[in-house]
Amino acid sequence: MMRSSVLVSAAVATLLVSASLVEAADNGPLKVGFLTVRSGALAAGGRQMEEGLKLCIDEHHGEMAGRKIEVITADTAGQPAVTKTKAQELVERDGAQVLIGPLAAFEALAIDDYIRQTKTPIISPSAAAEDLTQRKLNPWFVRAVGTSAQPYHPFGEYAAKELHYKKIAIIADDFAFGHEIAAGFQRMFEQNGGKIVQKLWSPLNTAEYGTYITQIDPSVDAVFAAFAGGNGIKFLSEYKNYGMQKPVLGSMTTVDEGILKRMGDEALGVISAGWYSAATDTPTNKKFVAAMRKAYGADPGYYSVGAYMACQFLNNALEQVKSDTSNKEAFMKALRNVNITDSPYGPVKIDKYGQPILDITIRNVEKKDGRLQNVVIKTYPSVSQFWTYGAEEFLKSPVYSRDWTPAK
Amino acid sequence: MRTPTFNWVLWLLGLAALLALPWLVTSEYYINIASQIVIAAILALSLNLLIGFGGMISLGHAAYLGVSAYLAIYMTAHAGFGQLSGALIAIGSTTALAMLFGYLSLRASGLGFLMITLALGQILWGIAYRWASLTGGDNGLGGMKRPHPFGLDLTHPAIFYYFVLFFLGLALWCIARFIQSGLGQSLQGTRDQPRRMRALGYNVWLIQWLSFVFAGFWGAVAGLLYAYYHQFVSPQALHLTTSAETLLMVIAGGTGTLFGPVVGAALVVILKNVVSAYITRWLILLGAIFVAIVLFMPEGLLPGLAAWIHRLKECLHGDKKTTGVSAITKDRV
Amino acid sequence: MNFWIIQGLNGLAFGSLLFILASGFSLIFGLMRIVNLSHGAYFMLGAYVGLSAIEAGANFWVAILLGGIAICVLGTLIERFVLRRLNGQPLAQVLVTLGIAFIIADACVWIWTGDPRPVPMPAELTGAFRVAQLAFPIYRLFVIGVAFALAAALWFLLERSRLGAMIRAGVDDLAMARAMGIRTSLLFSAVFCLGSALAGAGGVLAGPILSVYPGLDTDMLPLALVVVILGGVGSLLGAFVGSLIIGFIYSYGQALFPDLAYVILFLPMVLVLTLRPTGLFGRQAI
Repeated sequence: MMRSSVLVSAAVATLLVSASLVEAADNGPLKVGFLTVRSGALAAGGRQMEEGLKLCIDEHHGEMAGRKIEVITADTAGQPAVTKTKAQELVERDGAQVLIGPLAAFEALAIDDYIRQTKTPIISPSAAAEDLTQRKLNPWFVRAVGTSAQPYHPFGEYAAKELHYKKIAIIADDFAFGHEIAAGFQRMFEQNGGKIVQKLWSPLNTAEYGTYITQIDPSVDAVFAAFAGGNGIKFLSEYKNYGMQKPVLGSMTTVDEGILKRMGDEALGVISAGWYSAATDTPTNKKFVAAMRKAYGADPGYYSVGAYMACQFLNNALEQVKSDTSNKEAFMKALRNVNITDSPYGPVKIDKYGQPILDITIRNVEKKDGRLQNVVIKTYPSVSQFWTYGAEEFLKSPVYSRDWTPAK
Repeated sequence: MRTPTFNWVLWLLGLAALLALPWLVTSEYYINIASQIVIAAILALSLNLLIGFGGMISLGHAAYLGVSAYLAIYMTAHAGFGQLSGALIAIGSTTALAMLFGYLSLRASGLGFLMITLALGQILWGIAYRWASLTGGDNGLGGMKRPHPFGLDLTHPAIFYYFVLFFLGLALWCIARFIQSGLGQSLQGTRDQPRRMRALGYNVWLIQWLSFVFAGFWGAVAGLLYAYYHQFVSPQALHLTTSAETLLMVIAGGTGTLFGPVVGAALVVILKNVVSAYITRWLILLGAIFVAIVLFMPEGLLPGLAAWIHRLKECLHGDKKTTGVSAITKDRV
Repeated sequence: MNFWIIQGLNGLAFGSLLFILASGFSLIFGLMRIVNLSHGAYFMLGAYVGLSAIEAGANFWVAILLGGIAICVLGTLIERFVLRRLNGQPLAQVLVTLGIAFIIADACVWIWTGDPRPVPMPAELTGAFRVAQLAFPIYRLFVIGVAFALAAALWFLLERSRLGAMIRAGVDDLAMARAMGIRTSLLFSAVFCLGSALAGAGGVLAGPILSVYPGLDTDMLPLALVVVILGGVGSLLGAFVGSLIIGFIYSYGQALFPDLAYVILFLPMVLVLTLRPTGLFGRQAI
């Protein structure tokens, strides 16, 4: 037994000694650390992020503002503790000067302190948690996607004013993303005279939705379903098989292009809101979608466009600082000053909290060109994360949560 | 037989290597990995108390890590307690939880025990996930600051490493003492011969319960250090996969040995955090290594290697010694 | 009133799914004392195999058959070349199945990309069955039917056939069965194949309701454990009744106590185990 201590220490030491610190020279390639997910339940989103990022890098031929871009990828396995180690690996061992990632909000929150400590600029291609650009501001953080609730303020208004719904039941994934979507929707829907009569929270790992579908109040005008991952597939097909007739409104992720390709007719007619639709009819987006379809055979969705845009943000910032990242503060300022007039999203500006101001589209699932698509039926231009409230007033109320109820 | 002087040299060498580690590696990244190994090792050591010495296979050991980490962060960062009181509450309450869980789990034995620990762990995970107002739900709980005990700056990776290494040493010492104590000896008795122990008048239940609580205590210590290291905790820390990984560390390293779990912890942490950078399908590798260890080195990596070395020495010296039987190779179900 | 009927049907349907999942698990557990922690992974892999078969042009029924056969083959190989090496060490066997579960789960992400995918339902079973104001999916009624038919078939196999007699002898007293000249090695392979096939075919059958995604394995495995613990080890009746009870707890519990949604299945398990360690119908403690 005594002998073992040496074995332990020898093993640890040999494994650890083999390190070599990479000093990043500023005229060399820019090292971009990319936190994605390759194993576990979130792997599908991670793969789509990789595809979007790769397409963007390829479009720039691996070079931005005259500087070579070197992407170093790390698999967080979707676990917060691993995410932190991977961030350390990218920053400390591999010398990454900027990070793109991670996928999930809880991963982003797990490395929040670390980002502050090391002052590493990070571009979020997916994590949508409201407070990251609201009440828990991190000066080194900029987001390339909407906040959870950003599209649902206009959507709540749309449901009340243009669809003329009076009573709606909400069913949503029981985690922060679902809570925030539901609360944002509820706030503007009720503000415009509608009433949320029921809120059902199904666990993220709900095996089957029959129990929830059969609880839906039969007197409602419509059901707002906010799901992430593959839950939208399950819910919509069961909804149809339970013979439910009420129209379904969805979150962006309920009918995301990443899963829409796996759905059948049950998705037809689902109206949703989001900051991106692959069916957006602009030349830039058409070109982007065609390139994605050519490279990966599928329409881009939430994750792929998020990573693609994160990479475009990087490009825009590098152009501003003429690829000189030696002054981190200046580089970060450029990242927070991203201004892209034409992108798959449409025009994008960043507010002073590091959150993009985006065009929000209302989309309807239709069959076009032999496949299901989120056809845009209305666009709300330049929507802020604070909707029309103004930052100060908006931030006075606590962050959206499961039990959030609008002030009367 | 081994000569004591030789062992002292080995001990000192090992200790020196561990202490010198921050100077041996060139990047703070590796010091941080080493700190994570040490924390995982403490958790694995505590689980090994149950598995290796008590023959009780628990699939819910993440409970103590997670609860202690949640409490530590909640108390210090959100409820306004100081670092010391926060740490004491975390460890005290988690140990109390172990008393309750021990009471429930030890109603059964063998696989029943495994199932109850699994179910209790799942319940805690569900609570952490659902009770968002307290735990932050899936977003987790952050805001923890590392303490400054005795003026030590724990934000410095090397100092933090020595800090957790001290606790590993303490855990090893306490557990070694425990194993040699009357209670520890009788625990191993209940593992090997529960009926005979009962017939001899031992209170098997009490012995197992006390050991369970002792293991829970060290799990809580690991949880506290986990909170200090990550400054963040989420339901993942309570998830079944965390329990399964800890079980893997113990089995892979060698049940019923003092240092086996440390080796197992190093193996799992390095595979998950370091090797995964080079091998995309590291989970397959982890599974395969695990299967191989159970098949070909059922007594675990450390005793397995030791036996090989021993056999090598036998060839050289003609020395004879029989190796012990591990807990998992025995029919205990 | 409608609430109780419709949630009752939901519970029955979910319980039926659980029985298809848990029957194989219970069979293996009962005879071989192996807690097959790969069972959830078998279920998921079966669903993926079935899905690929359907995408390659097979119809749903063929896909179920293929899912069952594929997992039977895999299970038998694992039993022959891995589990048998660890004969007489149930604990090592349990642990090895945990490692295999890791491997299968990651291999599935590798092969099937990790996209969540629904298994297409046969066209004739889509839609809802309507009586008065109630509507219930036809496919779920079908699943309930399959589970009851399966229960009857397994009962017949175990209680009325020669193989069943051997299995029962093995469950009751393995040494005695061996002494009476039953070739337990062949018997073990047969039972492991059957149990695995039930998991694989069950995965395909459940696919239209659950869909297939990485994590399906770890979502379903604890459910199988709960059912078997509640019902009792190696008892077909136990697995059947346990499945239905869990199904009802699931549907009524989630509807009536939404705050307990995450723990609703594990509380009864802890209760049963602490109060009655043999499970409801088991003859021996686990």
